[in-house]
Amino acid sequence: MPTIPADVLSVAQLARLRIDETALDDVTDRFSRTLELVAQLEEVDTEGVTPMSNPHDMHQRLRADMVTESNQREALQKTAPAVADGFFLVPKVID
Amino acid sequence: MAQEALTYASATELSISLKTAEISSVELTEACIDAIAAHNGTVNAVVTLCEESALAEAKAADLKLRDGSAGPLTGIPLLHKDIFCTRNVATTCASKMLANFVPPYDATVVSRLRTAGTVMLGKTNMDEFAMGSSTETSVFGVTRNPWDLNCVPGGSSGGAAAAVAAGFAPLSTGTDTGGSIRQPASLCGITGLKPTYGRVSRLGIIAFASSLDQAGPMTRTVEDAALMLQAMSGVDAGDSTSADLDVPDFTAGLNQPIAGLKIGIPREYFNHNLDQRVANKIHEALNELVKEGAELVDIDLPHTEQGIATYYIIAPAEASTNLSRYDGVRFGHRCDSPQNLTDLYERSRSEGFGEEVQRRILVGTYALSAGFYDAYFKKAQQVRRLISEDFQKAFERCDVIAGPAAPGTAFPLGAKSDDPLAMYLEDIYTLSVNLAGLPGLSIPAGFIDGMPVGLQLIGRSFDEATLLKMGHRFQLCTNHHRATPTMTGVNQ
Amino acid sequence: MSWEVVMGLEVHLQLATKSKIFSGAANQFGAEPNVQACAVDLGMPGMLPVLNSEAVRYAVMFGLAIDARLGKRSVFDRKNYFYPDLPKGYQVSQFFEPIVCEGQFDIPMEDGSLFPVRITRAHLEEDAGKSVHDAYTGQTGVDLNRAGTPLLEIVTEPDFRTAAQAVAYLKALHSLAIYLGISDGNMAEGSMRCDINVSLRPTGSEDFGTRTEIKNVNSFKFVEKAIAIETERQQDVLESGGTITQETRLYDADKNETRAMRSKEVANDYRYFPEPDLLPIIIDDEYIDAIKSALPELPRIKRSRFMSEYELSQYDAALLVDTPTLANYFETAAIKSAAPKLTANWILGDLAAALNRENLDIDESPVSAEALAGLITRIADSTLSSKLAKQVFEGLWQQEGTADAIIEARGLKQVTDTGALEAMVDQVIADHPEQVTQYRAADENKQKKLTGFFVGQVMKASKGQANPQLLNTLLISKLRES
Repeated sequence: MPTIPADVLSVAQLARLRIDETALDDVTDRFSRTLELVAQLEEVDTEGVTPMSNPHDMHQRLRADMVTESNQREALQKTAPAVADGFFLVPKVID
Repeated sequence: MAQEALTYASATELSISLKTAEISSVELTEACIDAIAAHNGTVNAVVTLCEESALAEAKAADLKLRDGSAGPLTGIPLLHKDIFCTRNVATTCASKMLANFVPPYDATVVSRLRTAGTVMLGKTNMDEFAMGSSTETSVFGVTRNPWDLNCVPGGSSGGAAAAVAAGFAPLSTGTDTGGSIRQPASLCGITGLKPTYGRVSRLGIIAFASSLDQAGPMTRTVEDAALMLQAMSGVDAGDSTSADLDVPDFTAGLNQPIAGLKIGIPREYFNHNLDQRVANKIHEALNELVKEGAELVDIDLPHTEQGIATYYIIAPAEASTNLSRYDGVRFGHRCDSPQNLTDLYERSRSEGFGEEVQRRILVGTYALSAGFYDAYFKKAQQVRRLISEDFQKAFERCDVIAGPAAPGTAFPLGAKSDDPLAMYLEDIYTLSVNLAGLPGLSIPAGFIDGMPVGLQLIGRSFDEATLLKMGHRFQLCTNHHRATPTMTGVNQ
Repeated sequence: MSWEVVMGLEVHLQLATKSKIFSGAANQFGAEPNVQACAVDLGMPGMLPVLNSEAVRYAVMFGLAIDARLGKRSVFDRKNYFYPDLPKGYQVSQFFEPIVCEGQFDIPMEDGSLFPVRITRAHLEEDAGKSVHDAYTGQTGVDLNRAGTPLLEIVTEPDFRTAAQAVAYLKALHSLAIYLGISDGNMAEGSMRCDINVSLRPTGSEDFGTRTEIKNVNSFKFVEKAIAIETERQQDVLESGGTITQETRLYDADKNETRAMRSKEVANDYRYFPEPDLLPIIIDDEYIDAIKSALPELPRIKRSRFMSEYELSQYDAALLVDTPTLANYFETAAIKSAAPKLTANWILGDLAAALNRENLDIDESPVSAEALAGLITRIADSTLSSKLAKQVFEGLWQQEGTADAIIEARGLKQVTDTGALEAMVDQVIADHPEQVTQYRAADENKQKKLTGFFVGQVMKASKGQANPQLLNTLLISKLRES
């Protein structure tokens, strides 16, 4: 199924990526070709097959409800781009 | 021991020399640092060198070696692929996005290897965010294959493979999501092991595809790989996907005979698509194993062809969401003067991520999106189960499955970087192994026109022991793993 | 055109675990920004989630309490969207296979009926952080302390038709959470947040209209108001020929209106898929039975028991079981006084009023259950009239002593001695011959009015301590004597 630039742009929007106008055709082309590759799977008969998320039949271990982490704000905010009074700063969000 | 002999010795051999005080860890570390100084400018395998701290660690190791509390890895220099978080040392994933990221924590694998006494020399180059098979997408520039400096080392753990091949260190960690340890090991003529999914903790390893990623050893010998795997393995309470299983003694069983073990040869691997010369090399290698008593059995892995499509839906899909956290808010690259939130996200991410990473995010996002989830992602997960079942059925008739680790030898830099699909085909023999979560070992099996070829052995879940035993036996009978590159290239 | 409003509720209940759902950071309200946000909560590179066992236990407790089918195999999924308070760019939730499946919750209504609410599902997920919009010029501050707090999201079918039903449900849910001890349900602090899905349809229609979602309403009062104002808004739109846009709205308490949320203007494709860093939660019968046997007596069980054991009305019983503390208070007092109905009346009446006046909870009441029981006992044995009892209650509130001590000290014993009372009646009759003549000549209605005069006189003479029933009997018999 051929992809059009509009499809690519809407996917890019979902992924918060900005595609340069000059690059759009090339990106669309490669995107299209990758989708052609994966379209091969349509031919495989998967009737009744359970999807596999994880290769082994394990189930989730549970952790005891205990506080094990102390305040590490300073260390964790060391390379933060913008911080004030302990808050991370981003351009103002209007709700 | 001569300088060169030092840097090309295996960790096992070096450990003996260290224990008998023939050499010290400081001398050994200095030798590695010298090797890096001499050739890294060309090879570009090491992206961060921790000279000071390495020498300090070596000094401490020497004390342990003197007081008798040393283990088999004490004092051995080691490199970490730049995807492993190393406390207070830059961890970039070879991306502009994390160029300034210095984690305040160690990956579990890093701390376990430190506890085992290794000396951390530095970080190795890789494909950006582990997405690639040639180490050509790194923000640090390409890594060159020590066997031919105009060729790629493979990827994404290309820096690690090149470093070990070039004698920069006897050991390096790598990660493997679709072949990223095994394929570069094959192209660089070294040993690389991807353990069973869940054998080694993923905590602190920057995630690419969560259900496929595994960390593993990249070494000169299978013996060394066993040593490293021993130190790396074991359940980690902090990683829900790590297996709560006992870790066998991987070194103990190495010398056991392999007589009677059955090696499955998948029909689908040896078809018209495989370079005949590679096929021949593999057959030669298998003959060595037959001489040691193993039996060859024909098997089928019917869904081999669909492996690529399956992988290139699942891996990008998981990756697309794993990479959503790189948004310029709490760490990593942030664009200048963001105008609003959307601008912050879009520009930070588009500036921070390279083209291949952005491509995969797009494909992955698409595969998960409304209207396409069933046809792409869910479908791929179903085929994944079929692929896993193929292996299960095959293992009813054999103990190990063998084949090439890569379709060819190292290709020239730039040869496939314009054609992503051609690049994706590099992993055709390796990625199904990740989909099924099985262990896979790549060992040097010979040369074609002077360039290394790797033999891949695939084992049952959590049966690294059989792979190591067979790999070690092969290395007792052959010498390919002892060859060292001259580090030349036509355009040097 | 007459309209029917159709509503479904989604409640996000913060679970009162010590640590977060996927990390070992503390789960406490009110800390300094980002001191309770560890590397896992911040979504730092390489970090992975590990599931808190207590969060699972709380979810199962809730499921058992509403008789729900439990998801013995439940799975976490990633819900993908970008927002500054969502560090990983996805929220770990349960979309495809929740831990609690369909159940039923019967809500006691004021008129004595039980309103059945179908619970569609309840699932575990992690909370996001908080944004502070007005502290920094042109910027928003993000505090991720709350990121990773365990939430139980409880979803109902669109079974609600009135705001009263919705509020009654929320109150009952709140009460259940307290009983189970899984949440403090504090709406003001955000431990219980309510999203209301509202749509209108012509009365009698079977189809559903387009719904809007009013997000994060944080008080019962605002829930009522938000429903009212949104219903009005939708009605205006529909009646003027317009259509309802499916959107997310916020209730603005200051302006008493709902408005569309800007950040949700662009439709989000959440791209749900199973979380690969976590494995399926498997719970077996042994695990479930152990939790079941350790459940406290649930509100609905206690309510039924109060109704049968203490002969209370459903409504009164429902009010008394609102919290375990209140229920215990009642039961202690009821048993001690052996007069449960009277006890119920006093607790729901005078005691409740006094507590409300001074903004106190039942566990802060200056009148203990035992003390109140003492008062009730004296009313039940006719020592006190209701009127006198109020004086004694005041004394108890001031903590002057036990009921008996106060009665003694203030000389408030009700006069029930027939002889003494008869004497007073005779005296009053003798003092007011004119009124007596009037009485004897009057018709039934007028007689009733005149009785009041005599009662007042005797009460005055007895300083309010005459037993009203006895007095009435005596008066009428004496007045009718000719």
